[in-house]
Amino acid sequence: MFRIGNGAGFSGDRIDAAGPVVDTLIARGGPAAIFFEVLGERTVALAQLEKRRDPARGYEPMLERLLEPILVKCARHGIAIVGNFGAANPPGAARAIARLAEGLGLGDLRIAIVEGDDIRDGVDLARLEVYAADAALDQGASAIVSANAYLNAQPIVEALRAGAQVVATGRCGDPSLALAPLIHHYGWEENDWDRLALGSAVGHLLECGSQLTGGVYYDPGYKDIPDPANIGFPIAEVGADGRMFVGKADATGGVVNLQVVKEQLIYEVHDPANYITPDVTLDFSGVSLRQDGADRVEVMGVRGKPAPERLKATVCFEGGWLGEGEISVAGPNCLARAKSIAEVLLERLRRRKLKVQSRVDLIGVASVHDDDSGTLWRSYSGPEPADIRVRLAVAGSAHDDVDQAAREVLALLCCGPAGSGGARWRTTQRIRTQSYLVPRASVHPRVSVKPAGDWL
Amino acid sequence: MADLDDLVTVPLHAVAHGRAGDKGNRLNISVIPYEAEAYALLAAQLTPARVLALFAHRRAAKVTRYDLPLLHAFNFVIDDVLEGGVNGSLNLDGHGKTNSFRLLSLPVEMPRRLLRAPQRIGADGQA
Repeated sequence: MFRIGNGAGFSGDRIDAAGPVVDTLIARGGPAAIFFEVLGERTVALAQLEKRRDPARGYEPMLERLLEPILVKCARHGIAIVGNFGAANPPGAARAIARLAEGLGLGDLRIAIVEGDDIRDGVDLARLEVYAADAALDQGASAIVSANAYLNAQPIVEALRAGAQVVATGRCGDPSLALAPLIHHYGWEENDWDRLALGSAVGHLLECGSQLTGGVYYDPGYKDIPDPANIGFPIAEVGADGRMFVGKADATGGVVNLQVVKEQLIYEVHDPANYITPDVTLDFSGVSLRQDGADRVEVMGVRGKPAPERLKATVCFEGGWLGEGEISVAGPNCLARAKSIAEVLLERLRRRKLKVQSRVDLIGVASVHDDDSGTLWRSYSGPEPADIRVRLAVAGSAHDDVDQAAREVLALLCCGPAGSGGARWRTTQRIRTQSYLVPRASVHPRVSVKPAGDWL
Repeated sequence: MADLDDLVTVPLHAVAHGRAGDKGNRLNISVIPYEAEAYALLAAQLTPARVLALFAHRRAAKVTRYDLPLLHAFNFVIDDVLEGGVNGSLNLDGHGKTNSFRLLSLPVEMPRRLLRAPQRIGADGQA
């Protein structure tokens, strides 16, 4: 029986989640690993922008906080740590881990990095096929910030075979982070599709952390969970016989039941019979689940088919600027005042001929389900809310236009309707993404494994 | 108290749960009834056309429904609904994660006994 836990499901996840996972892995005994998935589609581009500002950075900003509570325990108990916290700078991540390790008396800790996912210099995008889900997006001639192929599990396996105790990757398949320690432990062949699918299903189910154990799930009165402020992160058990169970850290909140496992199994899946990863194509169409005691579910019937011939690569482009401004109204007649604010803001942008795309939301009427033209708030005929926050969002390529547009919200503090207050505005640099399919032969993964002292 | 076999019109949320996820400008939403018996009834009512109409104002291009009968679950894949996706949208929820509850607001007709919390719903289907 091999156990693998998850310590984070995105960059920004709870930093105290991994501790109980590691404690549980140690208490159960037996071989185990823990993985961290912290690299969203555009996180790598934000990391590239950070690296431009400071060449030493550009890796997961919470790296030290995530690893500090568990590093000594994992090293002592032989629990490998795998994570894509390298982001745009895996060597930078390795140095940060090495500094942390030295400080904790682990100067011999073997730290590995996986590189080669960055394909900016080796691939001509114009010759690549665009990934189907993105076909309708037009990126124009914007400058490229990052271009990263999703590597498979094999470079991580290579690192583990070389004795790595911590592996920091850049972009790779999210499920590959969990699959790699299983391949390493069981010696699965590179074309044993059913086994690779089993391990990738573990990764798929666990890669969003608490989403398998109650996060994005609880709905008071309908789907309640214990202690949502302390949801335990997930742990999977995989046997040599191919049986797989999912559960969670001991002495934590959250649940592992059939409902939450179903939700996460289908999460971000399109055709359930063809879920594509760099390692294998998964077929979930024959999956069935069985509750096996409290907070423990058996997952059966995962099948595998050959991996795709090409790798997915996500390219991030400079996307201009986003400007946002918000202001509130409350009490009698606030709906009419909010609608007036919306119309005045749009009229101001027209009069000033600012080159921006715009949208207004009436938060309290429709904050997230509307479209850019405001179909829902314009047609709203329900009761007047007690309180409405008006949000202007603008996008454009020139920072000054975007900034000026967002500041129009601020000007309403004096020029707006009666009783408007609480104005805020800000601008943020935008990143746009487009995914492509890249031939495997043009992607060259590289693995380096060294003791902590040698990284410094 | 009305009979548990009475048909009531309720939001989908009263009989099913679900979760939304995004990839690029494509959104997927799972719909999973609490009671297995509701699966076939939902299969007849949750047509791709009805789901597409829910997202018409967002100019969704297409809805594909994948059925998972072993899990009693549906997966709706909605194309071009995210107004550019997380990186291009002006929407606060660029990921589209809240859209599971837009789908869960769709009215469906169900026997009262299949509701998650039948005690909350009156004979007229209203909470």
